[in-house]
Amino acid sequence: MTGWSQALAAHSEAASDMPTFTGNRGLQIEEKLIFEQDSPGHCGVDLPDPPAHRSRLGGLERKAPIGLPGLSEPQIVRHFTRLSQKNYAIDSGFYPLGSCTMKHNPRLNEKLARLPGFADVHPLQPEATIQGALELVETLAHWLRTLTGMPAVALSPAAGAHGELCGMMAIRAALTARGDPRQRILVPESAHGTNPATAATCGYAIDPIAANPRGRVDLAALKAKLGSDVAALMLTNPNTCGLFEDEILEIAAAVHAAGAFFYCDGANFNAIVGRVRPADLGIDALHLNLHKTFSTPHGGGGPGSGPVALAASLAPYAPVPWIVHAEGGRALVEHVEGPAANSIGRLKGFHGQMGMFVRTLGYMMSHGADGLKQVAEDAVLNANYLRVRLAGALSQSYPGICMHEVLFDDRFLKDTGVTTLDFAKALIDEGFHPMTMYFPLIVHGALLIEPTETESKASLDQFADTVNALAARAKTDAAGFHAAPRLTPRRRLDETAAARKPLLRWRPESGQREAAE
Amino acid sequence: MRYLPLTSNDRQQMLAAIGVKSIDDLFADVPRSAHLDGLVDLPLAQGELEVERALSQMAAKNVAAGSVPFFIGGGAYRHHVPAAVDHLIQRGEFLTSYTPYQPELAQGTLQSLFEFQTQVALLTGMEVANASLYDGATACAEAVAMAHRITRRSKAVLSGALHPHYREVCETYAQFSGFQVEALKPTPGLADPIDIDNETSCVVVQYPDFFGELRDCSALAARCHQAGALLVVVVTEIVSLGAAKPPGEMGADIVAGEGQGLGNALNFGGPYLGLFAARQQHVRQMPGRLAGQTVDADGRRGWVLTLSAREQHIRREKATSNICTNSGLCALAFTIHLALLGEAGLTRLAQLNHAIACNLSDRLETVPGVSIVNSSFFNEFAVRLPKPAAPVVEELAEFGVLGGVPLSRFYPGRDDLTNLLLVAATETVTADDIDLFAHALGEVLR
Amino acid sequence: MPTLRFTKDHEWIRQDGDTAVIGITDYAQQQLGDIVYVELPAVGTRVEAGKEAAVVESAKAASEVYAPVSGEVVAVNDAIAGDPAKVNADPMGEGWFLTVKLADPNALDGLMDETAYAAFVAEQG
Repeated sequence: MTGWSQALAAHSEAASDMPTFTGNRGLQIEEKLIFEQDSPGHCGVDLPDPPAHRSRLGGLERKAPIGLPGLSEPQIVRHFTRLSQKNYAIDSGFYPLGSCTMKHNPRLNEKLARLPGFADVHPLQPEATIQGALELVETLAHWLRTLTGMPAVALSPAAGAHGELCGMMAIRAALTARGDPRQRILVPESAHGTNPATAATCGYAIDPIAANPRGRVDLAALKAKLGSDVAALMLTNPNTCGLFEDEILEIAAAVHAAGAFFYCDGANFNAIVGRVRPADLGIDALHLNLHKTFSTPHGGGGPGSGPVALAASLAPYAPVPWIVHAEGGRALVEHVEGPAANSIGRLKGFHGQMGMFVRTLGYMMSHGADGLKQVAEDAVLNANYLRVRLAGALSQSYPGICMHEVLFDDRFLKDTGVTTLDFAKALIDEGFHPMTMYFPLIVHGALLIEPTETESKASLDQFADTVNALAARAKTDAAGFHAAPRLTPRRRLDETAAARKPLLRWRPESGQREAAE
Repeated sequence: MRYLPLTSNDRQQMLAAIGVKSIDDLFADVPRSAHLDGLVDLPLAQGELEVERALSQMAAKNVAAGSVPFFIGGGAYRHHVPAAVDHLIQRGEFLTSYTPYQPELAQGTLQSLFEFQTQVALLTGMEVANASLYDGATACAEAVAMAHRITRRSKAVLSGALHPHYREVCETYAQFSGFQVEALKPTPGLADPIDIDNETSCVVVQYPDFFGELRDCSALAARCHQAGALLVVVVTEIVSLGAAKPPGEMGADIVAGEGQGLGNALNFGGPYLGLFAARQQHVRQMPGRLAGQTVDADGRRGWVLTLSAREQHIRREKATSNICTNSGLCALAFTIHLALLGEAGLTRLAQLNHAIACNLSDRLETVPGVSIVNSSFFNEFAVRLPKPAAPVVEELAEFGVLGGVPLSRFYPGRDDLTNLLLVAATETVTADDIDLFAHALGEVLR
Repeated sequence: MPTLRFTKDHEWIRQDGDTAVIGITDYAQQQLGDIVYVELPAVGTRVEAGKEAAVVESAKAASEVYAPVSGEVVAVNDAIAGDPAKVNADPMGEGWFLTVKLADPNALDGLMDETAYAAFVAEQG
C-alpha cells in the first residue's frame, strides 16, 4: 500500500492538470456539439433527386429552415465515437448498482434481433406474413409463465414502470368488476419511487408501511393497516434492502384475507429466477424487467420492457393485443371484444417491445432451465461474498445473509466529513461506476451493491480491496474525497445551476460559451 | 456456461469465505413450500449455434418488408437507415451503458441527449423537448395528462383523425386516472367539428392526420387559447416535418410524436421512440428525462440530467408521471441518422417521399374503381376501393405485395370505412414496386 | 414584538397583528440542499392549516410547504421565485415565502416557540 499512497501524493496536482493545446488528454478527445460544426448544405447521406411531381402538401410547405447542421459521414462517425469514449459501460467495467442488475449483454442477442425476419417486419402486416413473430412472442410468454408459475403474461408494457401501471390497472379493473372499488394501496417505505407514483397515477391513495428492525415489512404494521378499503399491497421481493421477505406467505395470506391483491415488483427477480416461482409465494401480479434479469442492454437509459405475469383472477383484464390460436396459426386480438372483452384496453401503440423479446428469448434459451438457476445462485453467492469482504470496513444495515444485493449505510463515514456521495465519486477515479446511493430511503446515506452473476471472483476481489482501501482513507483525507472525481473527462458538475436556469437545447444566438467566466 | 465467469473452484472458495456449507444455505429465508425440487420445466442450456438455428427458423416464417413491394404505414414507417447508425449504436459504450445518473461517467450519453433534444425542438418548432418517452401513443397520453395539470381541467377532446392506437391509450389512461376523454368519430376527408368549452383542457389533433391529410391548425390553436385550453399536435411520421410547416409555427402548446421513422427499424412494433416537446413556460410540468447544460468544477461545459425533482425517484406519488426510462438507444439512433442527413438531407428525403407518394397516388387512380380520398398528403393517403379492403389486402399479399392497411382493422363495425385502404410510400419504394402494386390491385379488383 | 413560531414540518411563522409571514427554517434549507425552484400560490388563495401552500425544489428533493395556519394569501415573495438561492442564504429573512391574513388571530398559540423548536431539531439527530 505504501507505494500506492506515495504515488497518489506525488502525482496529485501534476499529470492531470498538464495543459495541452487542444484541451485533449491522450485518448480523451474534446468534442463540440454537432450544431457547432455545421457546414451548411453538407450532407452525410447521398439521396437521388426527387422525380418531378405536383405538390400535394395543401399549401403547408415548410418556409423557414429547420436549423439542422450539415456534416459528412466521417465527421459524424468521429463525433459519436468520441462521445462514446466518454461513457462508462458494462463492456468496460463493473457496475455494482443495486436493483439494476447490470449483467453482461450477450452479443448473440444483438445478432438475433437484427435478423430481417424480426427487424424488418411491420406490426400491421397481414397475419399470414408474421406467424414467426407471433410464435416468438408466444414462446417467450411460455418461458415467463413457467419461470413465474403464473398462468398469464401481458407483454405490451414498454418498461418496468409501465408494467407496474398495467398490473395496478388490472387490479383496479378486477375490483370494479367485483363491485368492490377500494381506495388505498399499501407500499413499504423502502419501495422504489415508481411504486407510489404508479399507484397515484391509477387514482389510489398511498399508505406507507414501516420496516421492522430486520429490514423486512413489519407484519403487525401491515395487518393493522389492512382493511376493506385496501386494494393491494405493492411489495418488492427480494426487497430493496436485498433481503428475502421471509414472512411472505403470511403477508400473502393476510392480504388475500382482506380481499386485496398482492402485487410484486419483480425488479429483483435475478435472485430467485429458476429457483423460486412467484406464484408459489401467493403473488397475483408481478412485473419483470427484461433489461435487468434478462440481459437486454440498457442503452444509456432505454429501451426496456416490462411484461406482467398475472394470476387467473387478473388474466381477463390484461391489455390488448392478445395472441390467440386460430385456424391456420396464430392471430392477434386487437380490440376489447371476444376473448379480450374484459381487457383494460391498450397501453401502447402496436404490440410490444419485440426487439427486446427476441433478445430475451435468445438469452433464456442460451441459459436454459439449468443455466437460469445457476444465474440466481451465482448472483446470490457474489453478493454474499462481497458482503463478508466489506462487512469489516463498511456498516451493513441489516446483519445476516442477503440475497443478490447487500445494503450498507453511512455510519462507517461518521465524523469523517466524507458523505456517501463523496465516497461514490472517489470510486469513479478508481475506475468503477458507483453503487446505488441514497436508496432505499429507510437507512441513512444508503449504499446498495449488486454484483450480478457475470462478475468474476477476481473482479469482485479487486472491487472489495478498493472499497476497503477507500473506507480506510476516508478517515484521514476528506479533502481528497471532496475533490473527486479528478480523472474523468469532466469533474463534478454543477447540478444546482442546471436546475435553476435550465438550458435544455443549443441556441445559435445565445453564444453558449464552453467555459464559465 | 459461457456467460458465467465463476468456476466450481471459485464457488467453493467463496462459500468457505462466507462460512456456509452450500448455496442452499443462502436461500434459507425462502419458505420450504416454495422451494423447487429440481429445475423448472424448460429446455436446458444451448450453445449459440442451436439458439441461432431455432430463432432463425422463427424469423424465416415472417415476410420481411424489404423483400417485397411494401406500402404499409399507419404510424410506423420504413425508411432507409444508413449503415453507420447501427454500427455506432452498437459500440459497447453506448449499447451497454446505464442511465446517466453519474454524469462524470456519461458525458457521451448526456451530450447526445442534448443534441437529440435540440433536434426535436427544431423539427417541431417548439422551445423545449425531452429526452424521449416510450412511444408516440404513450407520449400522446402524457401530453393530455400534462394539459390537465397546467389548465387544472380534466376533459380532453381527441380529433377523429387521431391514430386509433393513440386514442385507445388515452382512453385507457383516462379511465384509471379519473379524467375524461371525448373522442370524435373518424371522418376521413372531412375536418372534425371540434367543440371547446371552459372544461376543455386540450384538443388533440394529428398532423399529418391518420388518413394522411395535412391541415393548418392555427385557427384551432387560437380557439383553444381563447377558451383557456391547450393544443396538442401529434406527429406520427417525423420525416414529414422535413417538408411541412412545423406545429410550433401553428400555435401548438405540446407536440407528441413517434420518432421511429428516423434511425429505427420497424421491429414489429417496438422498441419505438416517443417524442415530446412543449413551451418553455411549461417545462416543469413535462414528464420524462431532461438533459441540461452546465459547467464542471473546472468551469468546463458539460451536461447533466436536470429538473429531476419532478420525477418518480424523488417526487414519488407527486411525480409528473411514473416514468423511469426513456428510449435511450432509439433516441441515439435518431440523433445519428438526423445528424447524417442534416438540413439538406432531411429536406431532400422528405421531398423524395412526397414525390414518390404523388406518383403512387396518380398511378393507383388509373386502376378502375379506385379513388384517392385525400386533398392533401405527405407520404400516406387513404384509398377508396369498390369493395371491402381487408380481403383485398390478403389477396395482394398472395400476389407478393404488402399493399397497405385496411381501415376496418382499426375501426371494426364502421361499415362506411370498410372499403378504405391506408397506403404509404417512402423513399424505399421503386417505380417497379409501384407498377407491381397497381397491376396486382387491378387483378384483385377485377 | 412580532410573535415567532415553528412547526414540526420546519416552517416558521411570524405574526404581526392580523397578518403573518411564513417561510422555511434554516434546518429545512440545509436538509434540502441548494434550492432550485419555488412554486408560490396566487395572491388571494385561501390556505388551510396543515395543507400544502407552496412547493420548494432542490436538485435532489421536492417538498411541500404546509400552511401552519388558515387564512388568505395577501402577498408572495416574487424575489425568491426569481432567485431561489435567497432561501438558502437567508431563510428567516429575505427567503420568506408568503404572507397570510389570519382566519384566527390566536392560531399561533398551539405552535412551538423558538426554544421548543430548537429542542425538536436537536432530537432529529
